[in-house]
Amino acid sequence: MAVTEAEVWDWLENVPDPEIPVISVVDLGVIRGVDVRNDSVTVTITPTYSGCPAMAVIALDIETELSRNGIDNLDIQTRIAPAWTTDWLSPKGRARLEEFGIAPPQPAGGPERCPHCKSEQVEKISQFGSTPCKAQWRCMDCLEPFDYFKCI
Amino acid sequence: MALENPLFEFLLRQGDNALVLGHRTSEWCGVAPILEEDIALANMALDLIGQTQMWLGYAGEVEGTGRSADDLAYLRDVYDFRNLLMLEVPNGDFGRTQMRQFLFDAFQVPWLTRLQDSRDTRIAEIAAKCVKEALYHLERSSQTVIALGDGTEDSNARMAEALTFLWPYSGEMFVDDATDQAMADAGVALLPSELRGPWLETVKAVAAEACLTLPDSDYAQKGGRTGFRHTEHLGHMLAVMQTLQRSYPGATW
Repeated sequence: MAVTEAEVWDWLENVPDPEIPVISVVDLGVIRGVDVRNDSVTVTITPTYSGCPAMAVIALDIETELSRNGIDNLDIQTRIAPAWTTDWLSPKGRARLEEFGIAPPQPAGGPERCPHCKSEQVEKISQFGSTPCKAQWRCMDCLEPFDYFKCI
Repeated sequence: MALENPLFEFLLRQGDNALVLGHRTSEWCGVAPILEEDIALANMALDLIGQTQMWLGYAGEVEGTGRSADDLAYLRDVYDFRNLLMLEVPNGDFGRTQMRQFLFDAFQVPWLTRLQDSRDTRIAEIAAKCVKEALYHLERSSQTVIALGDGTEDSNARMAEALTFLWPYSGEMFVDDATDQAMADAGVALLPSELRGPWLETVKAVAAEACLTLPDSDYAQKGGRTGFRHTEHLGHMLAVMQTLQRSYPGATW
């Protein structure tokens, strides 16, 4: 049975980011290409942060998901240029992040508002958070701390 | 003396700087003064180790004897390392760790920015990836240096002490040698000495805001990036960092 690139993209939508499981690896923007030749599939991924430990898990999860769909001949290529940017997050991914309590990246360098109460009165706690891609902020109205997805 | 493989040498310098600083930074994991700083330091260490994989991975390919980034990181001894001495000396207190990070970041940002124009496309790509992280590190380390320098009497005194301690090591970043010249001639990199001016501007501006005075000396401790002489501390650091591969050669998991 011939596999189409569109099908592979659909399957990849089922692969969650291991550290932020509400968004898929497609939403995260790390999938840079899918190439189907005969019965072999090449998926090109671009790492988020150089040392992000999630990248190894992402590659494994892609392999598992595609294998579940009958793809045994898979090649995962890593491409570092152009460098990953948060501009590649999908609009759906950005909305999901906020629903989950993570403020999506903003070019201004800080969150637009508190993902919980939507107040714009927010302050930075630390430039780094629970993963390399996040910083810690706090809402000065509802007083809840929250993660902010750094803009790079 | 003809250089055997200047590109390999150049890549080791980039990779070893990231590796040694990354390892030193990781030593703060679990013992930093507050939780947020602990997390920040661990994340910065992670960035640096990730950068190491790219530089040493390419170094291994250029060397052409089949050594991987891991082989280069874990199976070389002190005299094969090509990192700056400033990065291998023990962390000292939190202030000194931040000061060292700042002095390095202030160099690394313009350095990587310029390497994006390297004639070697692989180096240009790695630099483009690393500079994004370096910019974020510089933002943080300069803010922390200012906060601590312009803080309490105690924190100011400690930052002044850190600057005095690290200053003689900072000059090594700008001492060109035959490898640097070969890279410049090949259009691979600029001469590090070209960045002394811009670096000094950054450092002066931050020091002024941090209520610190730059030491009046341009004596430079050197030998790390050429491999001529390391401090006694690197061997101890490697003994910890490489213990697994030394005890169980070839171990994987």
